[in-house]
Amino acid sequence: MRRRDRGRLALGMDPLASSGRKKACLASPEQARPIGAPGSLCSCSCCRDQRPETNIQPSSAGKSADMKNLCLGAAVVAAGLLISNPYHLQVLTFIGIYTLLTLGLNMLMGYAGQISLGHAAFYGLGAYSTGILTVHFGWSPWLTLPASILLTAAVAYLVALPILKLHGYYLGMGTLGFGMIVFIFFREWSRFTGGDSGLVGIPALALGPVDLSSRTAYFFLVWGTVLAGFEVCGRIVNSRVGRALRAIHDSEQAAAAMGIDTSRMKVHVFVLSAVFAAVAGFLYAHMINFISPNSFDFMTSVRMVTMVVIGGMASIWGSVLGASVITLLPQWLHVFMDYEMLVYGLILMLIMIFIPQGLVRGITELYERSRTR
Amino acid sequence: MQELLQYLFSGLTSGAIYAVIALGFTMLYNATGLINFAQGEFVMLGALSLVSLWKGFELPLAVAFAGSVAGVAAVGILMERLAIGSVRKPHPIVLVIITVGASILFRGVAMMIWGKDAHSVGTFSKHAPIEIGGAVLLPQSVWILVIVLLVVACLQFFYRKTLTGKAMEACAISKKAAALLGIGTERMTLLAFAVSAAMGALGGILIAPITMSSYDMGTMLGLKGFCAAMLGGLGTSWGAVLGGLLLGVLESLGVGFVSSSLKDAIAFLLLLLILYMRPSGILGKRAVHRF
Amino acid sequence: MKCRMKVLALVMVQLAAVMSFSLPSCLAEETYKIGGLFSVTGPTSFLGDPEKKSLQMAIDEINAKGGIDGRKLEAVIRDTEGMPDKAVLGANELISNEKVLAIIGPSLTQTTLPLVPLAESNKVPLISCAAGIEITEPVKPYVFKTAQNDVLAVATIYDHMKKNNIKKVGILTVENSFGESGKKQLMSQAAQFGIEVVQAESFGGKDTDMTAQLTKIRAAKPDAIIAWGTNPGPAVVARNAQQLNIKTPLYQSHGVASPKFIELAQDAAEGIFLPTGKILVADQLPDSDPQKPVLKSYIEQFEKEFKMPVSGFGGYAYDAMHMLAKAMKGTGGDREKIRANLEKIAGHVGISGTFNFSPTDHNGLSQDAFVMVQIKDGKWKLLGD
Repeated sequence: MRRRDRGRLALGMDPLASSGRKKACLASPEQARPIGAPGSLCSCSCCRDQRPETNIQPSSAGKSADMKNLCLGAAVVAAGLLISNPYHLQVLTFIGIYTLLTLGLNMLMGYAGQISLGHAAFYGLGAYSTGILTVHFGWSPWLTLPASILLTAAVAYLVALPILKLHGYYLGMGTLGFGMIVFIFFREWSRFTGGDSGLVGIPALALGPVDLSSRTAYFFLVWGTVLAGFEVCGRIVNSRVGRALRAIHDSEQAAAAMGIDTSRMKVHVFVLSAVFAAVAGFLYAHMINFISPNSFDFMTSVRMVTMVVIGGMASIWGSVLGASVITLLPQWLHVFMDYEMLVYGLILMLIMIFIPQGLVRGITELYERSRTR
Repeated sequence: MQELLQYLFSGLTSGAIYAVIALGFTMLYNATGLINFAQGEFVMLGALSLVSLWKGFELPLAVAFAGSVAGVAAVGILMERLAIGSVRKPHPIVLVIITVGASILFRGVAMMIWGKDAHSVGTFSKHAPIEIGGAVLLPQSVWILVIVLLVVACLQFFYRKTLTGKAMEACAISKKAAALLGIGTERMTLLAFAVSAAMGALGGILIAPITMSSYDMGTMLGLKGFCAAMLGGLGTSWGAVLGGLLLGVLESLGVGFVSSSLKDAIAFLLLLLILYMRPSGILGKRAVHRF
Repeated sequence: MKCRMKVLALVMVQLAAVMSFSLPSCLAEETYKIGGLFSVTGPTSFLGDPEKKSLQMAIDEINAKGGIDGRKLEAVIRDTEGMPDKAVLGANELISNEKVLAIIGPSLTQTTLPLVPLAESNKVPLISCAAGIEITEPVKPYVFKTAQNDVLAVATIYDHMKKNNIKKVGILTVENSFGESGKKQLMSQAAQFGIEVVQAESFGGKDTDMTAQLTKIRAAKPDAIIAWGTNPGPAVVARNAQQLNIKTPLYQSHGVASPKFIELAQDAAEGIFLPTGKILVADQLPDSDPQKPVLKSYIEQFEKEFKMPVSGFGGYAYDAMHMLAKAMKGTGGDREKIRANLEKIAGHVGISGTFNFSPTDHNGLSQDAFVMVQIKDGKWKLLGD
């Protein structure tokens, strides 16, 4: 049954797919594996089917995506080695964590066209599951990583099944309701979560004898994870799954008519984006060693959506830009202080009105227009 | 018994407020198919304008009332003209984010104008609380219930009997067809924004005397109002009223018989339940596949 | 081409990020920099705003007297918006970029706790303005605080109840860390005073109506009701209690100890008891009280400078700065010496009480920091012992 679906899917989608697909299978399966959860992301989707096609020559699009990742990798290494100021490293680390969050949500919003206004819940689930397991049960932090990913993925799966049957605003509200309930749960289950006062004493990470709590080490850890996330997303986007997702984004009915199992696809992407959020939550909890429910409230969900939108939906690179802008803007807005909220809302609206495709594409389009003129 | 009655009274009072806010959502959705995440901010603007006009400038209550409603309706029109109407690709995600942005902007502006502190005003009339079976019914609650029922009746009349109302309904069914029939769909959208903003303001004005008004009061009220609208069935006026009252009473009973800390969870659990079981809501008839 | 543009844009953003933070500070040699970290905006700005103003005021005072060892002080203030992330970033900026000698703030327990490891590892004294007892218990070498513990406030309330023969109470706490900490203390200390908590309810900070909770509490027939929260919630409680015709005495927490509460609750505020720092009733204090002159000069100056009524919260930052100034004398800006000196501060008469720091007590206040007041005719009235 599954096989046949995929076969049809490939047939139906082939004419649309030009360059992207071939790229997906360049790297060995080990490399393609996402952070921490062996195969949990890829085995569920169509990645397995991609592997036999390794012999196909990589297209130019694949090369340039690799180039991009290489460039970013080089930039990360250079930044990590050159920057010694702990504050700058801290800012960049925060940007890394937000990028991870944005990346996952971007897959859902940009590629599958489904909005989630409760994504902070998954961020929080990741953070709280590692926090509770390390603080109350004395687990080693690294053991809690798979645990928090699995837990979050399971919750996301259970939630996605009924919720993703909804469309548009209903979906937005359904996820919002879910986010609120999880937030209330964090607050009320105070025996383990510490309630509103927060959970104190989450240990710092260490890799054997290497202490990862130094800013530089943590910077590399976070950005390494981000790069891995980029790799995973890049592969998915340029795979059959990615094309199927874009088809859903454009028209769900048409995609279904092409033989795409739309609801299963949406559930998978939802789970994937939740896992990204969980990993971000894990990194966040062990970085600031303290979590409280307020970090995972409705405004956080809104902020995540904003980051996706500013960078540009369906733009993996936009995620970095969106995360950077939202992190840096308030730092620059010191001058604004009380006006900050006003400016924030205004920017959100202006971007949506004038460049709904996001900054990355908006700027490139402007650039190209000026060149052709 | 006395407690039960009191829970009912409390629930009906807050439920009536939810109902007005839900009506705002419903009005706009009916005419444009849009969910305005800034609806709660209209409530806040209404409440704070009343504080300024009635208490600050010491205008008579009726004038302050009308002034606040008109002022917020103007804000709604501005929002439509400047933000929603000028979107080039009105994809739902884009519109959702614009309204979310607008809500943050409104909050920021309100903070500039009214400051960060809460404000309070007196009740509409200085009657003593009415005692029924040991439970207390506040005069303000009576005011609220009466005004809400009046408003719903007016809305019904508007939709059923007036040409504009019918034109608005036509827009909701099919914008293109309505335009072909010579209905100014743009004007209808504008009107819908104005009325729904006015509805939000009305909610704010009614609630101001029984609670404290501050720039950040709107978000939660807006969300609850939306839950109420969904509960009753998005798009039906009576549904909004039923959903609002039901939500209010359930919340208050939840506090009384379960736990007050789970009060807010009730609204959202109901929302999820209704979304799973019957997305069209209790009174809704239309199938849910609008995007 | 497109992709290179994107990469370029990214690198630019990162570069810009890095560069914009490295503004040179030309005053560094002549002044001592003190970091201030408050929730100046956001939902808890009622704490952060007066704290920021009071810190500035304290620094101006010290500078007017010639500074410390001939060097002037300079405040570098960052806003946390009440968010832990912003607090961590702000503290990092203050420590690594501004190279501040010490940090005063943040305003909340949840923004202070994530900074504790930072202060400890960078060996920067942190004087928090938050109330949570977790901040200074257990004692951490570099972390101090000037706000009264909730323990003391609860003890003051229960003390008053015991004297007035109140045995059963119903409590109504706000759903945030302030309310939670209050609830914990109210529950745990009740037995010591022979008081029983017969009903415990809570309300959301943005709730518009608390009649349901009050009805439930009334059904449990308590001798008194304690509402624990910060404005505006407790004002709604007061109003609802009046509307429901509840005659049992109503107690509030020090979280509402500002004129704003009376303004919000209007005539429903009449007769309410609450514990507060002495600042609200400075005029009514006996002349023998050592805090009286300090309070009067602070109030006078604050109201003159900022044209707004004084609240008890700004005092936390004011006290912190003056004690820090004492500790800084003669240290030449050595943080370890400042820390050690802070621990030696004894008998400092401040706004929130008389501080006696020691290596085992980094809060340094005793129960006399609180007095019981009652609201009468829209005014605070000091209750005698």
